[in-house]
Amino acid sequence: MPYIPHTPQELREMLDVVGVRGTDDLFADIAMLPKHFNLPKGQSEAEVCALFEMLAAKNRTDAVSFLGAGFYAHDIPKAVDALAGRSEFYTAYTPYQAECSQGTLQAIFEFQTAISRLFEMDCANASVYDGGSAIFEAAMTAARVTKKNTLVVDEAVNPFWRRMLNTYLAGLDIDVKTVPQTNGASNLAALSAAVDNGTAAVIVQNPNFFGVPADYTDVFAAARAHRALGIISVYPIMQSVLKTPGEMGADIAVAEGQSLGQPLNFGGPWLGLMTCRKEHIRQFPGRIVGRAEDRDGKTGYVLTLQAREQHIRRAKATSNICSNQALCALRALIYLCLLGPRGLCRLAEHNMDLARYAVERFTSFKRVERLNTLPFAAEVALRLPLPAEKFVAALKGCVPGYPVARHYAGMNNVLLLSCTEVNSRAQIDSMIEATGGLL
Amino acid sequence: MNTIFAKSAPGRCAAVIESQAPTASAMLPATLLRARPPRLPECSELDIVRHFTNLSKQNFNVDANFYPLGSCTMKYNPKFTEYVAALPGFTQLHPLLAQLGDAGRAQGALRCLYETERLLCEITGMEAFSLQPMAGANGEFAGISLIAAYHKAKGRSRRVLIIPDSAHGTNPASAALAGFDIVNIESRDGMVDPQALADAIAAHNDNVAGLMMTCPNTLGLMETHLPAIVRQLHDIDALLYYDGANMNAILGKMRVGDAGFDVVHLNPHKTFGTPHGGGGPGSGPVGVNARLMPFLPVPRVEKQPDGNYRLNDALPQSIGHIAPFYGNFGVTVKALAYILRLGGEGLERVAEYAVLNANYLKKRLEDVLDIPFSRLCAHEFVASAPEGMHALDIAKALLDRGFHAPTIYFPLIVKECLMTEPTETESKETLDAYVEALRDIVSRGRDNPHALAETPTTLPARRFDETAAARRIRLTEDMV
Repeated sequence: MPYIPHTPQELREMLDVVGVRGTDDLFADIAMLPKHFNLPKGQSEAEVCALFEMLAAKNRTDAVSFLGAGFYAHDIPKAVDALAGRSEFYTAYTPYQAECSQGTLQAIFEFQTAISRLFEMDCANASVYDGGSAIFEAAMTAARVTKKNTLVVDEAVNPFWRRMLNTYLAGLDIDVKTVPQTNGASNLAALSAAVDNGTAAVIVQNPNFFGVPADYTDVFAAARAHRALGIISVYPIMQSVLKTPGEMGADIAVAEGQSLGQPLNFGGPWLGLMTCRKEHIRQFPGRIVGRAEDRDGKTGYVLTLQAREQHIRRAKATSNICSNQALCALRALIYLCLLGPRGLCRLAEHNMDLARYAVERFTSFKRVERLNTLPFAAEVALRLPLPAEKFVAALKGCVPGYPVARHYAGMNNVLLLSCTEVNSRAQIDSMIEATGGLL
Repeated sequence: MNTIFAKSAPGRCAAVIESQAPTASAMLPATLLRARPPRLPECSELDIVRHFTNLSKQNFNVDANFYPLGSCTMKYNPKFTEYVAALPGFTQLHPLLAQLGDAGRAQGALRCLYETERLLCEITGMEAFSLQPMAGANGEFAGISLIAAYHKAKGRSRRVLIIPDSAHGTNPASAALAGFDIVNIESRDGMVDPQALADAIAAHNDNVAGLMMTCPNTLGLMETHLPAIVRQLHDIDALLYYDGANMNAILGKMRVGDAGFDVVHLNPHKTFGTPHGGGGPGSGPVGVNARLMPFLPVPRVEKQPDGNYRLNDALPQSIGHIAPFYGNFGVTVKALAYILRLGGEGLERVAEYAVLNANYLKKRLEDVLDIPFSRLCAHEFVASAPEGMHALDIAKALLDRGFHAPTIYFPLIVKECLMTEPTETESKETLDAYVEALRDIVSRGRDNPHALAETPTTLPARRFDETAAARRIRLTEDMV
């Protein structure tokens, strides 16, 4: 049997030591046998690999795509795979025994540093599951810190994360007040006005779902004036050029970390980035690594503030989370190191420039316009002369973007188009050609 | 070892895109831009490769060391699953492609999800699975939310979940996160005590939503009163939650659906051999019987009569979305590949040899450690450090001998506990070597407790002052 090393003789010897006649006797405590266990027969490694090669080939990843909506195709330097693929990293587990886990622990410490610096926040945790759970955990942190129970949420926060937030809050005594967007623009004044003394946090996103960046400094000031926390979700690559959560006075800054060296992978595994001001760290969820000194006075790293966690605190823990996305965090760290400040910044600029070219080409059709005239980053919302669903279905060999109508009423014709370095001007040109008469 | 930040040199760079793009300040108003570039490391590719290669060498890992960390199922992770999960047809697939048009661009991936769900149903005896939960604790949360939705649909509010003290710490934490009140019941002889359960039910009768059980429990013991427990809960229309963390012990031997459980989560990173990644990513599929199906997270994957797969969002009673899309698909692919490779017979062998290895180790350690329960164990067992010795010292001494330590932080109900889970992939030689190491550690520790307290001495670090680290927290290079 694959992966089971016992020889028949060893099996015999071990059964004798245990004092049973056969392996069946080991399960005497189990009262009910399975009604059935009709699983397929095992297959050889080659057969299983061939099956998956066939299944992978059925996925049409060859199509030119401008699909983003919060989840982006980026080039990933091969060194990320080579280093994160070292089994010293990926076949270890949660570093409970610090002395033999300094590799993972130091990497997480460096990850926490890199993310904190990217966002200009005081500190970070070791990551959570994804960008959506990061928003939920940030909201729960705010509820614990403020002991209040209303969340003011911008409607232009990614709808995939807002619907997760609704699921996660269903059993809790926490209300969500959603502040409507207008033509893809977040209503900053309305967000500030929606904050009152019952507000635990105001939650915004930069750039918002429609690709519009804004300065949320005033919104966070309004939150502070009512003892509420300011929570912002950002797009990490664009954060290399955009005003930082720290500069805006955010209390908690989170992100979907997928764009930092994680393949799209049909939805995961990815990672949620979470940073905060120092004063909130003891109410923060998840694993956290701290610098420490060992007995010889040597610097090293440990899991710290474990008194917050489920394996110690059980029902009183700050969260039920007992893992982080350590390998994904490692990938994100290696990616950030390889690009460095200049690489990351040029990447953001390159993609913004490409998005401008796409807008120029699309708006050369008289019946296509931008949804609003606000600044945009590398993703942009376009109003088409036909339903966006229809437009997407009509284009062959190309996915021009995401139809947002399924999340926003009255936006039937709105297409969200994202550009990254995997796209090119030539791709945009051929997409425009493929529209043949539709626009 | 210096951090990567200490190895940074201004102006050095590994990967900068060739671009004619103007600077951000030419494209966006200055008020929207950051004042300074982020202080990330500036290093060459070789600097980075050396740094992380050397860091990796400071890790214990299953590929190099025996890792009997109880409740974590640190079995060997077959290499071919890495290959299949890295196929570009999977890694480059945007999740939204399955939601555009007829999902024709993602048929291979949808089939993976569908087949995995069907296989997990057969393995557990449940009716349906959702692969959305992104880790075990996330699966617990999803499962508890399903219990809440069930009672809500019946027009009642039940606020109490009963959780035995032998359950994983995540159980009460997940229940609290979902808004439930937790009633803890004490174990008796390592088992859920039917009388304590009856008392708890009597005290909270109309308010009991369900019971969460880890089975075999964190003591490594099968519950002997299971049929009675199931009846007690179902008599008041409360539901039973099965924490599948310890599934490795019962593959093919018991199906939780047959036993009467209503909802279960699994940990593919434990049972189905997907790597633990230094703490993640995992995944936490949640399975249910027929009465909880209407509440499963959306979208559901369905197979059409024409053989094509599609996503269905139209489940009005669904609890909603647990993940942005379909869970940790990359982990699902590895678990599916593992299940197909082993097949039904292989999975049964997994349980047999996992349980055999645990019982063999337990038997051989009877004269070394204090073992509180003498009956047969499942895939793991708990022991206490011998009188006068600390589990922590024994754990650290094991590290010096090239073995990862057992779990020592729980269960909280056993003093100075060492929870050991060898898994099926370890050979008799490895187990024997581990026994001899422990025997030697304990005997030397008796003679010289001080020397034991000094361990480890051969690793990249010695024991840390964790209390000082928690008091004066330094979580980044910039916190001093």
